[in-house]
Amino acid sequence: MSPLDPNDLQAVWLTLKLASVTTCLLLLIATPLAWWLAHSHRWYKGIVSALVALPLVLPPTVLGFYLLLLMGPQGVVGELTQAMDIGTLPFTFAGLVIGSVLFSLPFAVQPIQNAFESIGKRPLEVAATLRANAWDRFLSVALPLARPGFLTAIILAFAHTVGEFGVVLMLGGNMDGETRVLSVAIYSHVEAMEYGPAHLLAGGMVLFSFIVLLGLYLAGGKLARVTK
Amino acid sequence: MSDIRAQFALQRDSFFLDAGFEAPASGVTALFGPSGSGKTTLLRCIAGLERAAGSLHVNGETWQDDTDFMPVHKRPLGYVFQEASLFPHLSVRANLEYGYKRIAPAARKVQPEQVVEWLGLARLVGRNDPSQLSGGERQRVAIGRALLTSPRILLMDEPLSALDTTSKQEILPYLEALHRELDIPVLYVSHALDEVARLADHLVLLEKGRVIASGALQQTLARLDLPTAHFDDAGTVIEAAVAQHDEKYHLSRLDFPGGQLWVGRVEQPFGTVVRARVMARDVSIATQAPQGSSINNILNARIEEIRDEGPDKVIVRMRVGDAHTLLSRITRRSRDHLGLKDGMFVCAQVKSVALM
Repeated sequence: MSPLDPNDLQAVWLTLKLASVTTCLLLLIATPLAWWLAHSHRWYKGIVSALVALPLVLPPTVLGFYLLLLMGPQGVVGELTQAMDIGTLPFTFAGLVIGSVLFSLPFAVQPIQNAFESIGKRPLEVAATLRANAWDRFLSVALPLARPGFLTAIILAFAHTVGEFGVVLMLGGNMDGETRVLSVAIYSHVEAMEYGPAHLLAGGMVLFSFIVLLGLYLAGGKLARVTK
Repeated sequence: MSDIRAQFALQRDSFFLDAGFEAPASGVTALFGPSGSGKTTLLRCIAGLERAAGSLHVNGETWQDDTDFMPVHKRPLGYVFQEASLFPHLSVRANLEYGYKRIAPAARKVQPEQVVEWLGLARLVGRNDPSQLSGGERQRVAIGRALLTSPRILLMDEPLSALDTTSKQEILPYLEALHRELDIPVLYVSHALDEVARLADHLVLLEKGRVIASGALQQTLARLDLPTAHFDDAGTVIEAAVAQHDEKYHLSRLDFPGGQLWVGRVEQPFGTVVRARVMARDVSIATQAPQGSSINNILNARIEEIRDEGPDKVIVRMRVGDAHTLLSRITRRSRDHLGLKDGMFVCAQVKSVALM
């Protein structure tokens, strides 16, 4: 078995960085979105829900393809980023982050939305009668009560980003240190018949995923017992 | 101006609320009516939890009118919900102090130690998980939590209805003590006449989203044109002072202007004013002072009004002294046999009195 080369270690590092940045951004985006979905009665709420859930059913290549067009030199976003002197986003880390955020959006929004919905109106009404303003109610009541939902969202978003392949390949290709993440590295090793490093990386992924899911279920059970 | 003036209109699906009332900003005002009459919705409008068209003035301060709507968290009120709704992620103490911490230190007129003492929370305040408390304990913590915001008005939405009889009996004395010791006006939603008779000073009667009557408890309960007079447990309330104890027969005498009542021994000092509830079904009428009756309480009364109630019964309102009334439910046959008429002087025989 050949040991991992520095490029592989870089791929591991890049993957963790991508997943961390994506998860942080997702929390910022998904929290207000989930709050709105949990409390809104607008007619277009259904449309927004469907859009958020779309990445669940679409093949990642479809999402990657459209993002590539959109962010490419002729795309709307591409023209904008070029005008802003950033260049185009495909084949950059930033481009991967955008793709990952969209791809994992439902995995972050849905657990948080479910958590907000299960709190119901009552605790927030109680807090309002106890002089808490809207922001205070959100921080002191909604957030702590939705904690299990947030935990699930963080773990799912992180793990889902670590495991993504299609979007990355369509959008980022296979550039060392910039866009070559773990799943792509495994694919390249297999293509080159280098089964040793492929085994190591793939086995590592299996172990990592198992530990994450185990942690999720243990934490979930514990939380369920605490909040019961 | 220490009063509450409310007027609200609200359309919700098939339900329409169009209710207005005025009540003194002191003592307990009961919002009373059958379920679906809109009393909880009215209370929620007062709290600002429902946004209805209308106006609300409390002690001369405008909480809502055509142009302004004070948000819930700015209204100096306390709200006790039907279910205690304690925050599950906070300890009992943190629940109690949630609102207390959110008001200006100078505005903190009620202190945690006082509330702990009033509501008997000493044993509970150190507990971490509020879900381990019994229903009655949880509701006491919820009441304390509301009081600790030093509210200028306390709104209670059937705080006892989710509790079993034992828990109810456990909480009622605390509510009465609150009534006596705290100078906070209370709006109390209830559909139980016995609770209202026990706690309220003022009564607002609702039916199908409208206020059909509003007035002092004793006068309103005695009005024969209102549905309350025709309930099975219809009756009036007499406030009387403990005047004498009879050790031999284990009785106490209660005096009120216009008469006296003998009741089972009351463990309270002379002069204490207690509430006695006399039900219409426990009062019979004689045209002359009866001889050889087992009934202890016979009061001189004057008939004010008689109303038919169903095919066989009538309900009679009588005045006792200047300020008190009694209701009596008798058969139409008795009315005709005795020739009872408005203005007649009679003897009201009170078979039993419920002390509250």
